[in-house]
Amino acid sequence: MNRRPRFTWSAVVMSAALLVSAACAPAAAPAGGGGAPAGGAPATGTLTVGFLFVGPKDDFGYNQAAYLGSVEMEKKLGSKVKVLRAENVPETEEAERVMEGMIQQGAKVIFPTSYGHLDPALNVAKRHADVTFIHQGGLKTSTNLGTYFGNIYEGVYLGGVAAGKMTKTNKLGYIVSFPIPQVLENINAFELGAKSVNPAATTTVVFTANWCDPGKQAEAANNLIAQGVDVLTQHQDCGKTIVETAERKGVMSVGYHADASSLAPKGWLTGAAWNWGPLYTQEVQAVLDGKWAGSPLAGKYRVGMKEGAVNMAAFGAGVPKDVQDLVKSKQQAILDGKLAPFAGPVKDQSGKERIATGVSPTVDVLETTDYLVEGVVGTIPK
Amino acid sequence: MIEIIAAVLGGAIRSGTAVLFACLGELIAERAGVVNLGTEGCMLAGALGAFAGTAATGNPFLGALAGGLCGAALASVHAYVAVIRRANQLASGLAITILGLGITSFWGRSFVSVQIQPMNSVSIPVLSDLPLIGPVLFQHDPLTYLAMLLAPAIWFFLYRTRWGLVLRATGERQDVVYSVGATPTLIRCLAVIAGGFLAGLGGAQLAVAYTLNWVENMTQGRGFVAVALVIFASWSPFMAVAGSYLFGGALSLQLALQAQGVGVSPYLMSAVPYVVTLLVLVLVGRRRRQAMPEELRAVFEGGAGV
Repeated sequence: MNRRPRFTWSAVVMSAALLVSAACAPAAAPAGGGGAPAGGAPATGTLTVGFLFVGPKDDFGYNQAAYLGSVEMEKKLGSKVKVLRAENVPETEEAERVMEGMIQQGAKVIFPTSYGHLDPALNVAKRHADVTFIHQGGLKTSTNLGTYFGNIYEGVYLGGVAAGKMTKTNKLGYIVSFPIPQVLENINAFELGAKSVNPAATTTVVFTANWCDPGKQAEAANNLIAQGVDVLTQHQDCGKTIVETAERKGVMSVGYHADASSLAPKGWLTGAAWNWGPLYTQEVQAVLDGKWAGSPLAGKYRVGMKEGAVNMAAFGAGVPKDVQDLVKSKQQAILDGKLAPFAGPVKDQSGKERIATGVSPTVDVLETTDYLVEGVVGTIPK
Repeated sequence: MIEIIAAVLGGAIRSGTAVLFACLGELIAERAGVVNLGTEGCMLAGALGAFAGTAATGNPFLGALAGGLCGAALASVHAYVAVIRRANQLASGLAITILGLGITSFWGRSFVSVQIQPMNSVSIPVLSDLPLIGPVLFQHDPLTYLAMLLAPAIWFFLYRTRWGLVLRATGERQDVVYSVGATPTLIRCLAVIAGGFLAGLGGAQLAVAYTLNWVENMTQGRGFVAVALVIFASWSPFMAVAGSYLFGGALSLQLALQAQGVGVSPYLMSAVPYVVTLLVLVLVGRRRRQAMPEELRAVFEGGAGV
């Protein structure tokens, strides 16, 4: 008897809430020009470009680097582009929904920036032949999906050089997520860099099976430090926890993805950092000019320090001048093409030679890495 | 060798404290006959509340208190819906968890890169120098010590005080409670809110003392583990301690082993804490199952009023 008025009232409240939330949704953006096959014909009007980030844009890491790149591209291309961004997009079918949403808002170029966004992107690409997909880090392409990545192992190698020189216990630590080739390349580059200046240096690896779980990161860092590790580095999406934990425990840290030196005034050494702005600008400009399809950008495009995609973060206050000069000279050698981090002979943990003397493997070969080099402590999980 | 054991055990306590807080909170609620599957949401609310509170005030203790209050606030929604309006407790709890996850992810966006004043570890003067148990037990942050003290305190409250008896009676046979002059509904609401407060403290410990970070969904299922552990503990505070630290130990063990260079699959080891919890639940004997508060039985097995 009393129920009906209450039911009606709550129904009214619910409908009101739904209407309010619908009204607050962003209005559909004007569609970009050029409906022809992806990247084939020059676009007219404003080109809508969408970015997907797997985490937050200020994570002091992977996503921050991609976000800053998108900002720089937006500034350089000004009124020619309109940028849509979605953060915290999980690596599931949810990503497909987000991409479809952006396409509905008129996006003609989509940058899914996380490794696990690849399969969702390939699915969406099949359904929208007129949209260009430019994926970060992927190893598969299709007619309208190209991938790009940077040879950041060059920067990680230099980080290893700095770590090898600064360590007092000769024990370095690497906290990583999953055993994908790009992660293994980085671990190997770090150890090779450290060994090149300090043959006694070892790198202990801990896999957390997660791109960003602060609890596991803190625990892994604490355990490594308890083992005597005095330089920590990481291949995780969010860099804050590990750098801060290292600083609190008084050990040194080498960063990754982005400059997190403000978090560790005493212990920060240096770090490899992405500089995606120039590459993003190049990609979008190619789409605007109708030159993207059929160019190297539409395949597995790889850039490195020479192209400015990888930089070294500033040195920390505790790094002495001779170490800074050493790292800078090695960086110059890489830029001049005289030093290749993976130049053979390189042996794996069992002593088997994986890269012969005098051989410098191509990026394609490196992206099949499935071993860890001598001097790395830890095993690849199956 | 001793260092390794100390590192693992210390890590067990470090990682298990957040779960322990939530477990003790849920224990109070379930003793009164209410299941709060929203514990995960309350932990997240507590983590964000504590992180934001510490960032705003610069004092991690105030932040932790704020976190507890946020957990309590979210739990009060569950109390209203499930206890007063008598909706299905399991559905309401799950809705609270999803709500908590959504709200904290949304409001937490501006806090992701913020640095906060940490709640520093406090080494207890003489005790922390003892050979093995010193670093394991006596070199933690204040919230961890609070959790250790909370278990015997809750035991004392439940079994040695009048209001503890009334609380247990509410969970066993609520008609009896009327005869003492108390209202079961009010007691249940208070129990749920207290449970939410403790879950919030658990999230606060995770954010303000352990990781010093806010990331969305940072509790990664610890709240659900806490609910399961209450059953494992057969609603006894001391068994809750054992279960929580066991869970924390399993979490910490695989990372410690890897740091030693021992080849363990992190995928396998990530499953271990949950497998251990499940195994124990399955093996819980008939006698243990009979320790379930009677009113709770109605929630899980269906019955009047649920």
